[in-house]
Amino acid sequence: MTGLIKARFTMPLDTFSLEVDLSLPHQGITALFGHSGSGKTTLLRCIAGLEHTEGFLSVNGEVWQDGKRFLPTHQRPLGYVFQEASLFPHLSVLGNLTYGRKRSRRELRVSLDKAVELLGIGSLMDRKPDKLSGGERQRVAIARALAVSPRLLLMDEPLAALDLTRKHEILPYLERLHDELEIPILYVSHSPDEVARLADHIVVLQEGRAVAQGPLAETLARLDLPIRLGEDAGVVLEARVVEKDEPWHLARLDFPGGQLWTRDTGLSIGKHVRVRILARDVSLALVHQEHTSIQNLIPATVEALAPDEHPAQILARLRIGPSVLMARLTERSAHALDIRPGLELFAQVKSVALLDS
Amino acid sequence: MFLAEGDLQALLLTAKLAGTTTVILLAVGTPVAWWLARTKSWWKGPVGAVVALPMVLPPSVLGFYLLLLLGPQGMVGRLTQWLGITPLAFTFRGLALASVLYSAPFLIQPLQTAFEAIGDRPLEVASTLGAGPIDRFFTVAVPLARSGFFTATVLAFSHTVGEFGVVLMIGGNLPGISRVASVQIYDHVDAMELAQANQLAGVLLVFSFLVLLVVHLWRKKA
Repeated sequence: MTGLIKARFTMPLDTFSLEVDLSLPHQGITALFGHSGSGKTTLLRCIAGLEHTEGFLSVNGEVWQDGKRFLPTHQRPLGYVFQEASLFPHLSVLGNLTYGRKRSRRELRVSLDKAVELLGIGSLMDRKPDKLSGGERQRVAIARALAVSPRLLLMDEPLAALDLTRKHEILPYLERLHDELEIPILYVSHSPDEVARLADHIVVLQEGRAVAQGPLAETLARLDLPIRLGEDAGVVLEARVVEKDEPWHLARLDFPGGQLWTRDTGLSIGKHVRVRILARDVSLALVHQEHTSIQNLIPATVEALAPDEHPAQILARLRIGPSVLMARLTERSAHALDIRPGLELFAQVKSVALLDS
Repeated sequence: MFLAEGDLQALLLTAKLAGTTTVILLAVGTPVAWWLARTKSWWKGPVGAVVALPMVLPPSVLGFYLLLLLGPQGMVGRLTQWLGITPLAFTFRGLALASVLYSAPFLIQPLQTAFEAIGDRPLEVASTLGAGPIDRFFTVAVPLARSGFFTATVLAFSHTVGEFGVVLMIGGNLPGISRVASVQIYDHVDAMELAQANQLAGVLLVFSFLVLLVVHLWRKKA
């Protein structure tokens, strides 16, 4: 079957075994999300052929591994970005970038110039890796993986080894990859922020098993999962900038089913943005509050309630037209306000995080 | 030249033997070092011990067994005779073979350490960039282990220069074939030619010192 990455692996690990049977879209960014030690890196290594275990793997209809065949890593048309940049110390940046290209047996759809331009490393070409900063090294590593024109790009927590500043330096480049190239990416991460910002599709791994998978917005709004996201439970909405209130430095975003006011960070009207709304930033009111500092009061319907991590709290999933929001509230207030599925009320959104820079 | 003709011949023979040995060892020992550095096989221990044996074994013991093996009655000796090749004992080729075994740990161990220091990651990176096993070895492992190669080559060469017991056992003392510098010095002393022994010994002393100095400086740089 084309358009899919089918991956089935069984592999015993230290305290549990990796057992997955996945069917992932061969487009966009798919996040393999889970706590450290959940088997996500091992899964990525199995897909790359760096681990040899029982299983089946086909990418866009091409079988890379089955009971009889095992295509060695160097014959798989993939790019791999490791957690540490792992540049070849004996080669210059240019030497690193061309190492894979020279060995590619397929049509090179991504030009070297394009890879260099996308990652903004044009001025570094003659340098040796030990003369680069951590962020620069990782950008070169990403460009190196891209330069082979992979049919599948595998990224193993490419930002985890970097500090916050460097992370923010690289995230925009990753977004450009997503927007400008047609290469499907499997992105391993344990950071809900990165996942919310980058992913289109998510697979949640726990102790070697995929406990949930699906489109990002839908999957994040599943009430049986937020527990695994802990404090960061929330939803992601795709929105568009439609209006600006210049004197107050605010911008209005329309999302399917509703609208939000947010700080204007220099947004242009018509721009598509991704916003993240955490459950802890959403409270509920039975009537439209007039005397409140909260700008965003959105009519919503309670769809479901579920226990949260702490017994004092519950999570509510709210339906707003085709979109969903999540709210975190105490069990006591839910009881006092008699909040139950089907109830129509107002979601008060205190804070909206714009995920696009 | 202040050296006598016999001494010069002995020095040249020494250089030839050490050079030949080192070249053969680089060809044969490098794959062994690579295997030892990468394998997870049970055989790693026993093979590593055999490779290290010449470091602790008296050279005369090694020479003795080689003589048994290579001599006209030995297994290898009979095989070479059957193949129509002259026996290896008391020939330069036999001596080179013995030297290869004798100096093997001095090449293999530093190389193995250098290969181990590279780790799996650079090789995994190379494979994700489309490089097959041999390609990976020559374009990643060798350049990254180059200081290991340098040390290993120098140590194997200079250790062969210093070999004595094995030469006597397997090579005898034939001018131009097996009378290397160390044996020549022994002969000089035996014949009470202390001045000549002194000259030749001085050459080896200076050579050895310079070699170790160069290795030390190289390591400091790397």
